[in-house]
Amino acid sequence: MTTQPVKFYQTGTFTVGNRLLDESQRSVQANMERTNSLNSGHRACQGCGEALGARYAIDAAMRAAGNQLVAANATGCLEVFSTPYPETSWQVPWIHSLFGNAAAVASGIAAANRVKGRKGVQVIAQGGDGGTTDIGFGCLSGMFERNDDVLYICYDNEAYMNTGVQRSSATPPAARTATTPAVGKRPGNVAGTGKNLPLIAMAHGIPYVATASVANLHDLEAKVTRAMGISGARYIHIHVPCPLGWGSAPADTIKVARMAVESGLFPLIEAEHGEVVDRAKIRHRVPVDEYLKLQRRFAHLFRPERDTERLAMIQAVADRNIARFGLM
Amino acid sequence: MRKPFAITLDVGSSLANRTGTWRTERPVYLDRLPPCNHACPAGENIQGWLYHAESGDYRRAWEELVQNNPMPAVMGRVCYHPCESACNRGQLDQPVSIHAVERFLGDEAIRRGWAFPQPASESGKRVLIVGAGPSGLSAAYHLRRLGHAVTIHEAGPMTGGMMRFGIPKYRLPRDVLHAEVQRIVDMGVTIKLNAKVDNILDTMRAGGFDAAFLAVGAHLAKRAYIPAGSASRILDAVSVLRGMETAERPQLGRRVVVYGGGNTALDVARTAKRLGAEEAIIVYRRTREKMPAHDFEVQEALEEGILFKWLTTIKQAGETTFTVEKMELDETGFPQPTGELETIEADSLVLALGQDVDLSLLDRVPGLVIEDGVVKVDANMMTGHAGLFAGGDMVPSERTVTVAVGHGKKAARNIDAWLRGARYAPAPKHELASFELLNPWYYTDAPKSVQPMLDILRRQSTFEEVTGGLDEGNALFEARRCLSCGNCFECDNCYGVCPDNAVIKLGPGQRFEFNYEYCKGCGICVSECPCGAIRMEPETI
Ligand SMILES: Cc1cc2nc3c(=O)[nH]c(=O)nc-3n(C[C@H](O)[C@H](O)[C@H](O)COP(=O)(O)OP(=O)(O)OC[C@H]3O[C@@H](n4cnc5c(N)ncnc54)[C@H](O)[C@@H]3O)c2cc1C
Ligand SMILES: Cc1ncc(C[n+]2csc(CCOP(=O)(O)OP(=O)(O)O)c2C)c(N)n1
Ligand code: SF4
Ligand SMILES: [Mg+2]
Repeated sequence: MTTQPVKFYQTGTFTVGNRLLDESQRSVQANMERTNSLNSGHRACQGCGEALGARYAIDAAMRAAGNQLVAANATGCLEVFSTPYPETSWQVPWIHSLFGNAAAVASGIAAANRVKGRKGVQVIAQGGDGGTTDIGFGCLSGMFERNDDVLYICYDNEAYMNTGVQRSSATPPAARTATTPAVGKRPGNVAGTGKNLPLIAMAHGIPYVATASVANLHDLEAKVTRAMGISGARYIHIHVPCPLGWGSAPADTIKVARMAVESGLFPLIEAEHGEVVDRAKIRHRVPVDEYLKLQRRFAHLFRPERDTERLAMIQAVADRNIARFGLM
Repeated sequence: MRKPFAITLDVGSSLANRTGTWRTERPVYLDRLPPCNHACPAGENIQGWLYHAESGDYRRAWEELVQNNPMPAVMGRVCYHPCESACNRGQLDQPVSIHAVERFLGDEAIRRGWAFPQPASESGKRVLIVGAGPSGLSAAYHLRRLGHAVTIHEAGPMTGGMMRFGIPKYRLPRDVLHAEVQRIVDMGVTIKLNAKVDNILDTMRAGGFDAAFLAVGAHLAKRAYIPAGSASRILDAVSVLRGMETAERPQLGRRVVVYGGGNTALDVARTAKRLGAEEAIIVYRRTREKMPAHDFEVQEALEEGILFKWLTTIKQAGETTFTVEKMELDETGFPQPTGELETIEADSLVLALGQDVDLSLLDRVPGLVIEDGVVKVDANMMTGHAGLFAGGDMVPSERTVTVAVGHGKKAARNIDAWLRGARYAPAPKHELASFELLNPWYYTDAPKSVQPMLDILRRQSTFEEVTGGLDEGNALFEARRCLSCGNCFECDNCYGVCPDNAVIKLGPGQRFEFNYEYCKGCGICVSECPCGAIRMEPETI
């Protein structure tokens, strides 16, 4: 007779919680006592992936740090929607200074901790893709190269959302933004080049680099927890759909993120000292169309007729990721 | 407090900002009807009992199950499980093996001696039930739970109806049947055996009954005209199968021909094989696809070496030879004779052509409507004669144990209301939890658990049970394959995925609540609810 090992749980293994698991094995988000580091009343749009990703990450970091942490925040949606003076949504010690200097502020806090001999208080810096890959890149590269004791988290919504959807160096090929309109022979953003910050971070040889997605909470929490247990410079890059900027339905935020992962366009990887050590396997592979079609910023790839050439090019990017990182 | 440079206001919380005002639609929790429950003729809350089985609480699972069906060990063996054909998991990998878990729970209950509670109070009303088949037994159980005094009059020497005198023991071991019947008797149900009711109104009057439920089944074998010599041995399927349970074991000979294409034909042929027939041939006038028998049963029969002659009719019966004619299907799919004849050698012919209802006990009862040989009942299972209810094989419907059990339950609830001068009003049904309402991404891939099968030699020579049960580990695994369609299973997804912390988790068993002060109505919770238990509704101002 065939036998099957009883796993803890079959129904909804990938769900946030699990009534059949021991409390200690459940996700932070399932816990009634989670920090809710980004509290209700913030002014993010309906279905904002960044608001969700930030709570996922900082709640997990709070649990890992035993609530002993300080967060520095770059200018951007996350900062603007959470702290219109004098209100704040943050239920963690939090500081904002400028658009481009979150990494430097965090390095400074870490240095102050060291000088004052204050042990056990962890430092996080966070910002959008613009604040990270463009204007904040110099400060960030320095923080990496000096191996400052900071976890930097980038919430990548692939453009400057807070100021009205201008392109950033993280905007994907062919995407329409306010500064890369869908007009002309090659509508949308440039294709073929780009700036892959996780790989650049790895090139600094820092102890830990990971990518994560709001579509995979368990993976995200595991990576944040892992990073919090390592000292030195660490970097986590989280994919967070923006319904406003991407032209996706607010209800589809997690679905869009999931399609990015399942198509291979956003690989979920972990790297230590410059080497990839793990990847999350794709569960149900989908063609990139499934991801692109959910978003109006790519509508010109399908209408008035299919842009077969650039769709093939985007598919090739996904295929290459799958081969390169062993995602299947 | 001294404020820093250029700061004049105290620090405030964003909780002051009621983002709920942005909303144009609101999410609401709801229970939807799982397709398995919807398909169950006995009205079982399958998703409900699987939920308890998932956590290993088999006792509670069994208790939830027997709210609707008192015989899970029998059902798990003989039910044709329309629930599994409807199961949403079938669109992912394979349906949940509901019958196998049900059987496990039923067997567990027998092993551990779980009993039904006695009714809380006695109603003082007396109900007569005619026939101790599944329909009569189910009605007895439900009426007893409601506090009525129940007496069953059964014509035969044993209980069970066709579960005993039809379904062979290699599919339903008799100790299992006995245990589940006994548990109903133990609630205080009186069963009178060898007590055929000849005239229903006389029996009711004599016993002082307030109402009656008729469940006499269909036991009269249909015949077909086949010219036969005086020495031909022609029997009918129900007598053969009935003979298996009584002293007179049927004498079928070395070669047996069975005529018919239903489940009964298969049961007879497989029985003949086990009794030692070298050849058991099923002759059926249409094709395999057109056989009313279930495909898995045909498959099992083929494995056991039963022979089939499809598109064939029997023309004439001799002592040891039978003349058969080949048929062909016309454009409408109906079999037509070809004139091509053939002889087959056999010692006996068993007719398995279906059964009629013996309605003699209803002679001269005013108000009854009988159509096509069955008794008409209204939506409340009542016949045209007030106080006389009927169900199972004797009323117009599909003839299965599960339908019979469902009729018994429905009749019991209606009889109870009728006895109180009221009408039974069932709770309104929830809307269906169809597959498109689920988000199946959250469920792990998990293949169906396979039930063990008896080895083929013993299947051909003994009456041991063919299909084995799942062990605890497999049953638990199988229960956990349930997707919980349409019903919250507290996976915490809504609580987790809300970007606005607008879902309040109420704690184990308490489910969740929306905090409409802050919910912006984005609808992520609806999209990400794996089981389709949340819906968006337009906001009204
Ligand atoms: C060979 C065979 C195999 C089957 N296999 C399956 C199966 O695997 N799964 C399935 O779901 N269904 C199966 N069925 C169908 C199923 O058995 C019947 O649909 C079901 O038993 C009907 O239940 P019932 O209570 O209406 O009648 P029955 O089960 O027929 O019970 C009626 C009872 O009433 C008694 N009775 C009759 N007249 C009187 C009277 N005047 N006074 C007192 N008592 C009386 C009879 O003795 C009998 O005990 C099978 C049927 C046959 C014949
Ligand atoms: C030096 C400087 N230049 C420009 C701005 C205006 N500004 C504020 S937020 C922002 C874009 C933020 O984009 P990103 O970092 O991707 O975060 P997002 O809003 O997309 O989350 C810009 C250009 C600024 N605050 N400071
Ligand atoms: S613009 Fe995009 S990133 Fe900014 S709050 Fe709205 S959804 Fe979130
Ligand atoms: Mg951005």
